[in-house]
Amino acid sequence: MASIWQYANPAKFMATTARFMGPLWVLSIATLATGLIWGFFFTPDDFKQGSTVKIIYLHVPSAMMAINAWIMMLVASLIWLIRRHHVSALAAKAAAPIGVTFTLIAMATGAVWGKPMWGTYWAWDPRLTSFMILLIFYFGYIALWEALEDKDLAADLTSILCMVGSVFALLSRYAVQFWSQGLHQGTSIPLVTGERQVDDVFFIPLLFAMGGFILLFITLLLLRTRTAIRLRRIQALKAKET
Amino acid sequence: MYGLDKYAPDVLLAYALGMALLAAIILGSVIQSKRAKKRLEDLE
Repeated sequence: MASIWQYANPAKFMATTARFMGPLWVLSIATLATGLIWGFFFTPDDFKQGSTVKIIYLHVPSAMMAINAWIMMLVASLIWLIRRHHVSALAAKAAAPIGVTFTLIAMATGAVWGKPMWGTYWAWDPRLTSFMILLIFYFGYIALWEALEDKDLAADLTSILCMVGSVFALLSRYAVQFWSQGLHQGTSIPLVTGERQVDDVFFIPLLFAMGGFILLFITLLLLRTRTAIRLRRIQALKAKET
Repeated sequence: MYGLDKYAPDVLLAYALGMALLAAIILGSVIQSKRAKKRLEDLE
């Protein structure tokens, strides 16, 4: 079996991913559209929350992927630090703007849901606060990449920043479980115990929306990594010319 | 209007914000990719 490390070669990465981009786009847009359209138009109102419950189809998947995008960046950063594969560092860099977008969607939709449900757009609740810190880390990560001329040094320093920020990414994920004093409710879809508190009528379209966000993240990540590889190649060609 | 009046205004606002941000990252990534591809082809 071929080693996974062969994809660290930019040419091999470009050739392999080129074959998947078309089907991935179709699959991700179809899954996301199914989840969002089903959730928005074809699910009933909640007996307490009314139609406001439909915000979960955007809020839950985007919050899940905001954290997972940072975890993916951590794995890619560790691969860069240990094995010095440039594609890995570029993949981490490419994931950051997607993570920022998902974090902003989670925070904006959460705030809009919070006003009628909690009576406030924002509270300094453990989960909300750790999400705010995660967003700041995302901006800091992008700024650090752009601030340094030496791209290997930028990859080194952003990898270290990513490791520090991972504390807050993990805190965002688990804050609802070990901090009970916050406004944010506990997890409704526990992965381990299986004691789900969401009815199938809401849960199945939510699964589609979650699958759609995961697929969209993978598609955008591959597209943006391919763009980053091309931009590096452009830089190298220009440097050779001068 | 268009059957949307049965939804609370906060749901419509949340979806409008979410869709706008999703469209921004998708279109931004696609446009950036196309530009980089074109520039590389011109150089090579």
